[in-house]
Amino acid sequence: MSNTTERSGMLAGLPGDGPGGTGNGTLDRLLRGAGVFGRQREATVFVVAAALLLYFGLTNPSTFGSRINAIDLLSEIAAPIIIIAIGEVLLLICGEIDLSVGFIFACSPFVMFYLNEYFGVPALLAIIISLAFGVLCGWINGFLTVTLGLPSFITTLGTGFILAGFALYTSHAESKTIPPATIGYGDWIGTGPWSQFIWAVILVVIFHIVLTRTSWGLHTIATGDNQLGAREAGIKVGRIKYGNFMITGFLGALVGLQVAFYNNTIDPLAGGYTPMFYSITAAVIGGTAMLGGSGTILGAFLGAIALSTLIDGFDIVGITANVLPIIFGGAILIAMIANVQLARLRAKGRT
Amino acid sequence: MTSQPPETPEAATPATAPATDVLRAEHMGKRFGAVTALVDVNLRLAKGEVLGLLGDNGAGKSTLLKILCGFQQQDSGTLMVNGEEVLLRSVDHARSLGIDAVYQDLALINQLSVYHNMFLNREELRWPLLNNRAMRKTAREHLDAMGVNIPSVDVEVARLSGGQRQAIAIARAVYSDAKILLLDEPLAAMGAKEVAIILDLIRDLKRRGDVSIIIIAHNYGQALEVCDRINLLQHGMITLDKKSKDTSVAELNDIVVAEYRRALQERQRT
Repeated sequence: MSNTTERSGMLAGLPGDGPGGTGNGTLDRLLRGAGVFGRQREATVFVVAAALLLYFGLTNPSTFGSRINAIDLLSEIAAPIIIIAIGEVLLLICGEIDLSVGFIFACSPFVMFYLNEYFGVPALLAIIISLAFGVLCGWINGFLTVTLGLPSFITTLGTGFILAGFALYTSHAESKTIPPATIGYGDWIGTGPWSQFIWAVILVVIFHIVLTRTSWGLHTIATGDNQLGAREAGIKVGRIKYGNFMITGFLGALVGLQVAFYNNTIDPLAGGYTPMFYSITAAVIGGTAMLGGSGTILGAFLGAIALSTLIDGFDIVGITANVLPIIFGGAILIAMIANVQLARLRAKGRT
Repeated sequence: MTSQPPETPEAATPATAPATDVLRAEHMGKRFGAVTALVDVNLRLAKGEVLGLLGDNGAGKSTLLKILCGFQQQDSGTLMVNGEEVLLRSVDHARSLGIDAVYQDLALINQLSVYHNMFLNREELRWPLLNNRAMRKTAREHLDAMGVNIPSVDVEVARLSGGQRQAIAIARAVYSDAKILLLDEPLAAMGAKEVAIILDLIRDLKRRGDVSIIIIAHNYGQALEVCDRINLLQHGMITLDKKSKDTSVAELNDIVVAEYRRALQERQRT
């Protein structure tokens, strides 16, 4: 692939430089496979994540390597970051961002609680409405951004504050216990030790396919890469953005419910900026450009694993909590620099 | 997109019918506030013809192109497509009549492969997934048939040269059944080899005979090379309409240089 690409620049249009390998099916496919693998930005992050897991696992086999810690790491720490990152990747690819998703996270279990406890709405319906509430928040973000033309950074900064206030004001800043009627459904959502991580993996698979193998994904990339060109081709750019805001809102609401069920508590201070910024970090480490047009959900998944391993690993190694942010920030930057520089080296090696 | 209006008898009788105008603009005018971009433009395009639309910056070429592709509407004058008067309401409307504009830099999505670009917003599906195999195959066949040489349809468009990108944008428009192609500066900022790719492609399309083309260009030499006829647009009016073989780079140059001189003299007087 690298060779043909270079040749094309020099020999463009000359006879004999026909379309690559039409007659040679197997070889062509093999070369394409190798090229695709070599191009995967995920490969770098995979190596980083695997190395971190190995390091902490080998140095602290009894603690970091335990089953309990695996659950902590993958379900408690990584899963929320992964699931929110799916939405952020889609938004970043189409040129937007959602800062409010952590507060949709905070609000959605309260919506379920109020409906079930105060309004007698049946548990399952209350859960469905609280997920729909997340979709509605995404729609509002889309309306303000696409229809009213605000930059999404400002839109979601505003809606994020409002949602944060909604959670605090309506709960009088007090935690609530999960309504008993909903607990049975909670098993499906997030109560089990592995359920959050299983959800995360299923959602990653689904949205990876959506992004890489469906028209929606193609149009999302086109919108972020060249909005004018996408519109020229007849793509409803606004609809794509609305949709991705709504997907992100839905995922935020889902994570909110999961965490509430897992902890058996609805905390008005759950969510917030931290999981949102972690998931954007995971997305960026995983190869999502902040400029739009490129990004992968698999990369964000691996980025979230790497990030969570750092959080969990530092905790277990026992580095004092006060230094942790410094090390953490440094580690993020190093991971980013490595990723960016490796990508640059790979690009240089190709051309 | 594929729905050609039924009122195109030319399609059935190409050779015997006299050269009919697929596009005819009469007394087109367009103002933007105090600025009159188009004063009175009369333009016609015959079936299978390649028309070169030349003119200086600010002569109104872009405005005319935007009106012809439905992006803007004229203030006065009429437009006939295949002999029928229409007011192009939108780009989509124009496209449904077979009119498609190809811009050099706006058309393609850099980070998508050639075949995804070819099928953008017309993807072939094996619901709910993309049928990449079918799109890859069709794209390759179509590009081969048009004589567009690229190493592989899997390549990201960003990796192609300017000429190849332009060729793909044109091929895409033709594939989507465009009968009237409006090419905006298809040769701008290109090397000789790149220019050759596009000129070849346009000649091929001319040979096919079912596509009519308007080329907006700066370079008189290149335009004369490939166009059947030349229209010169000055101050919102067509001031010259000649067959390519009846005019020359020198003549076109003289006209434009004369215009510069006049403008210069006017400046010096005031």
